[in-house]
Order: sequence, then structure tokens, then C-alpha cells
Amino acid sequence: MGRPPLRLPADGGEVSEIGFDPAAPLTASGNLRRRRAFSRVAELGATGAAFFAVAVLAIVIYSVAVRGASALSFEFLVTGAPTGIAPALVGTGLIVGVATLIAMPLGVLAALFLTEFASERMIRLSKLTLDLINGLPSIIIGLFVFGLLVDHHKQSGFAGSVALAIIMLPLVARGTQEVLLLVPANLREGADALGVSRWRTVLTVILPSALGGILTATVLAVARAAGETAPLILVSSVFDGKEVLFKMSEAMPNVPVRIFQLSEEGNPEGIAQAWGMSLVLITIILLASVGARAMHARSRRKMSS
Amino acid sequence: MSAATSATGSPQVAGRARSGQRRKQFDRIADGLLFGVCACAALLGVVLMLVIAYQVVRGAAPAISAFGIGFLFETTWQPNFGVFGAGSLLFGTIVSSFVALAIGAPIAISIGLYLSLLAPAGVRGVIGPLVEMLAAIPSVILGFWGILILAPFVQGTLEPWLHDTLGFTPIFGAPQTTGASVFTASLILTIMIVPIIASISRDLFLAVPRDVQDGASALGATRWEVVRGVVLPSTASGVVAASLLGLGRALGEAIAVTQVIGAGSAINASLFKTGDTLASRIASQFPGAITGMHKASLFYLGVILLVIGLISNLAAQWVGRRFDYQRMAAK
Repeated sequence: MGRPPLRLPADGGEVSEIGFDPAAPLTASGNLRRRRAFSRVAELGATGAAFFAVAVLAIVIYSVAVRGASALSFEFLVTGAPTGIAPALVGTGLIVGVATLIAMPLGVLAALFLTEFASERMIRLSKLTLDLINGLPSIIIGLFVFGLLVDHHKQSGFAGSVALAIIMLPLVARGTQEVLLLVPANLREGADALGVSRWRTVLTVILPSALGGILTATVLAVARAAGETAPLILVSSVFDGKEVLFKMSEAMPNVPVRIFQLSEEGNPEGIAQAWGMSLVLITIILLASVGARAMHARSRRKMSS
Repeated sequence: MSAATSATGSPQVAGRARSGQRRKQFDRIADGLLFGVCACAALLGVVLMLVIAYQVVRGAAPAISAFGIGFLFETTWQPNFGVFGAGSLLFGTIVSSFVALAIGAPIAISIGLYLSLLAPAGVRGVIGPLVEMLAAIPSVILGFWGILILAPFVQGTLEPWLHDTLGFTPIFGAPQTTGASVFTASLILTIMIVPIIASISRDLFLAVPRDVQDGASALGATRWEVVRGVVLPSTASGVVAASLLGLGRALGEAIAVTQVIGAGSAINASLFKTGDTLASRIASQFPGAITGMHKASLFYLGVILLVIGLISNLAAQWVGRRFDYQRMAAK
């Protein structure tokens, strides 16, 4: 028995009762070798897991890119069904755009309330509900909007916007709140010391310095909403998709629902088109989220410097 | 401080006193207005949550009064005969999500460990965002990929192999003719929940004080022993909360599951048979539901899903109350 092993629960080896033995040689006993080997295996496992996840990402993107690229053409992007996807692209753009117009101001105001005005208890309640809404299955939000706006009326692009806005609201609010908390306290104190009223401080000092972060949160929320399918299936899925429409009061063709429908139909031409749409959608979403992340890193650096 | 505020906008020059007064009044109104608008926006979240619950329950009311609580245990679902029950869907939901969690959580926690403790800074900056990017892939694309690329592989390679090696348990039964199965759905759900759990647990592990870890190393602990003895115990509740969040996500996923699970209606012990989940049944049948009772029953499924989802989220909040993990997830 060499040096006593550590008293750690993970170590299956013996735990010495006597304590340190100064006469023991300072070389690795078999026990230590085993512990080291085990540690190395664990390290390899963790590394493997990380690279496995990246490999899955690469496989998904690669298969979408290869199959989607053959469907892509200029005509594909600018014509309506059956040859192209322009109506769906415009529809998604409009639905997400209106959703952003609803969710962004509300989210920013809610975040302002959380950081500038609310009492401790109000903060807790508000955060809790935002987190719960964020955790709601999106199909539930679809059911809600269906019951609220579609039942007894008809499907509409606007209903889709409302559903997506509900999904975006907690993301914008929490992201904005995070960046508002990063606004240096001395900016606020400086404004207070100059006798500037609260609303002026908020509008002219706090919001401008948090603008980068607010935009980041919004873009991330847009990236999330653009691919949402479940609520749109319930509230904006009955359309023919032959021509570009700008009427939000009608059911609007949109990319995610179209991919879903084509994949359920399962005929080869539809599948090819669905790959093409997937490639377009995934490109937009990944670009948006990469861009948002870069912006996030930059604004964080600026804030903390 | 208060003296400074009370002097707001009232210059000493006497001639300007009046305009200063007006400005002060204006500021007071504007302050109140801003407060009011912000409070309304924040309250909207609370109201929204209540209205969502109300609306879903209201939609389900006919089915709730017709089937009562027995709906949960009734396993037949035959819209043409007006017979509805959530039993097999509840089973499919729980099985697919827990299988996904069982596969995904260890992988995700390992990724978190790798990113926080092992990876060199440069590699971390690349792999971290890549893993998070996995969460940005829309579920409809993941499901589409799942049915066309993953399912044939699962059916042709993975399932036969599992059946040959572990086939003595009924869980790994004979592979079916198509790759659409509960198992494929679980794999897709795994892909969806891994980035969520991984990024939260990475942030948790990064927050473990460096000197405690160094202390353990100085006592001779190997890297694994530092993780097992220091890092994991001090973040256990956060990791559990992260897993619950992932579970909540898996329970509620509708689209990708619909695409790959095969919409079976029976309860099977074998993971390789088709099945269906609550969310997936709503997504696949709602657009085609004609009778009022069919719609109401789908709303009833929504009520069950809402309750399950709220429970898993509240549980995550409660377990992880020490950590503001949701903020971490939002990053």
C-alpha cells in the first residue's frame, strides 16, 4: 500500500484509515495508474461526445445542402407553385415581420419594467411567467391562437403572426433584460446626479447603450420563429401557394408548413422541392443566428470595457 | 440625492422658473406614462399565460365533459366512431421523451464538461457555438431529414444490430419495414435536447470556482475525480433542472415527431414499432378534424400536454432555483 488515496466517493479503491505514510515511495501505485487510466477514458468520452454532436450537425447540414442545391435555381426562388417557392418565402417574411413588430416593443417594455421599475416580487412573478411561456410547447400556442382568432372565423397570416409573436416575446424580453442589467450603473447614476428624469434616462441613455443587445435578442427570436411549424399548421396552412399574396387576413403560404406538407405527401418532386426550401430556410436561420452571436460578442465586449 | 432629484429641471434663474415648472410637470407625466406602459407589457405576460390556459381548456370542454378523466386511460382513438382516448399517446409521449433523455442527457453533460473543463480556449470558441447551432435547426427540417436519411439508417443498420445484441428484451423487438418508429423519434428528440442541456450545463460547470477544483487537484485527484467529487456535486441541482428543461422540450415537440414516429395507435413494448405522442397527434390530425368532438378531443390532448409541460417547467424552476439557468439558455 503506497500513499493513501483521496477520500473521494468516485474512487472505488481502498480508503486508508491510518493517513499519510511518510515512508511511502513517491511512485505511482497500481491504484493510481488505474485512476489515471479511468480519468483518461472519461476525458476521451467527453471529447468524443462533443465531436459527435458537431458531426451530427455537419451530417444534417451536409445532407440538406447537397439535396437542396440541386433544387435551387433562380426560377425556384421567384415563381409560385408548382415550380417555385416565392409565395411561401414572402409569406414567411411577412408573418415573421409582423410578429417581430408585435413582439419586439412589448418584449423591450417588459424588460424595462423588470430592470427599471419592478419590485422584487413583481420581478419574480414576471420572470416566472415569461419562462413558462418560453417553455410552452409551440403546438399549445397554436391551439390557443386557433381558439382565439381562427375558430368561427378563418385562417389568416395575421393569426400566424400572433402565434409567432407569443413565441418571440419571452426570448426578446429575457435577452433584453440581460443586456439592460449590463448597462453600467454609473451611466444611470450620472443621469440621476444631473437631475434627469427617469423617462429621459431610459430613452436617451439606457436604451441606446443597450441597443446592440436588444437587436441581438430580436434577431435570435426571429431565427427561432422563422422555423416554427406547429402553430402555423393550425392557423395558416390552407392555401394554394400559386401567387404571391400580401393579404395578412388570408391564410398565407409559408416555408415551414410547405416543407411539412410536402414531406407528408411524399411524392418525389415534392420531396426535391422540400429539400430546396429546407436549404433556403436553414441558410437564413443559421446566418441570422451566427450574425446575432457575433453582434452579441461585440456588444458584450463594448459593455464590459 | 433626493435634493438633487427635487431640483430637477428647475433652474435657479427666476425668469425661467415657469418653464422649468412646466417641464417638471411634463417629466412627471412622462415618467408615469413610461411606468404604466412598461407595467402593462410585463403584466401582459402574466395575462397571456392565464388566457392560453383558459382558451385551451375551453376548447376541450366538450371532450372533458363527455369523457371525463377516463380519457387519460382509454387507449382507443377512432375518430370515425367518435371514440377518443389519450392512453396510448400518453404512453408514446413518455416513452419517446424518456428514451431521448436517457440517451441525450449523458451526452449533453459530457459535452458540457468538455467545453468547460477540457477544451482549449480556441476549440471551445468553435465547438460551443456549433453545438448551440444544432438547436437552431428548425424541427420541421430535422424531422424531414429524420424520415428520409436517419430512418433508413436506423431501420437498416441500428435496429437490426440492437435487436441481435439486445433482442432478448421485448424493448428491442424486430425492426419494422419502415424506419418510422418510436425509437427514431427518440433519436430526433435527442438531437433537439442535447444542445439545450449541453449549453446550460457548460455554463453551470464554468461557474464552479476554480480554486476548489485546483484544491482537489492539489490533493492528488485526477481530472475525473475532480469532476466527480467537486464539479458535479456542486452543480447537481442545476444539471437536473437543465435535464428537466430538455425533457419538457421533448414532451412538447410536435412536428418532427409526427414526421418520424409513424402515427401508430397501439401500445407496444418494442421501441421499434410505430407509436404517437400527444403533441404529434394534435399536429397531424387537427387540420383534418371535422367533427366538433374530434377537435375538442385534440384540445383535450392539448390540456394534458399543457399540464405536463407546466409541471416539468415548474419542476425545473424549483430544482434549479439556485441558478438562473433560463437566462443561461437564452444566450
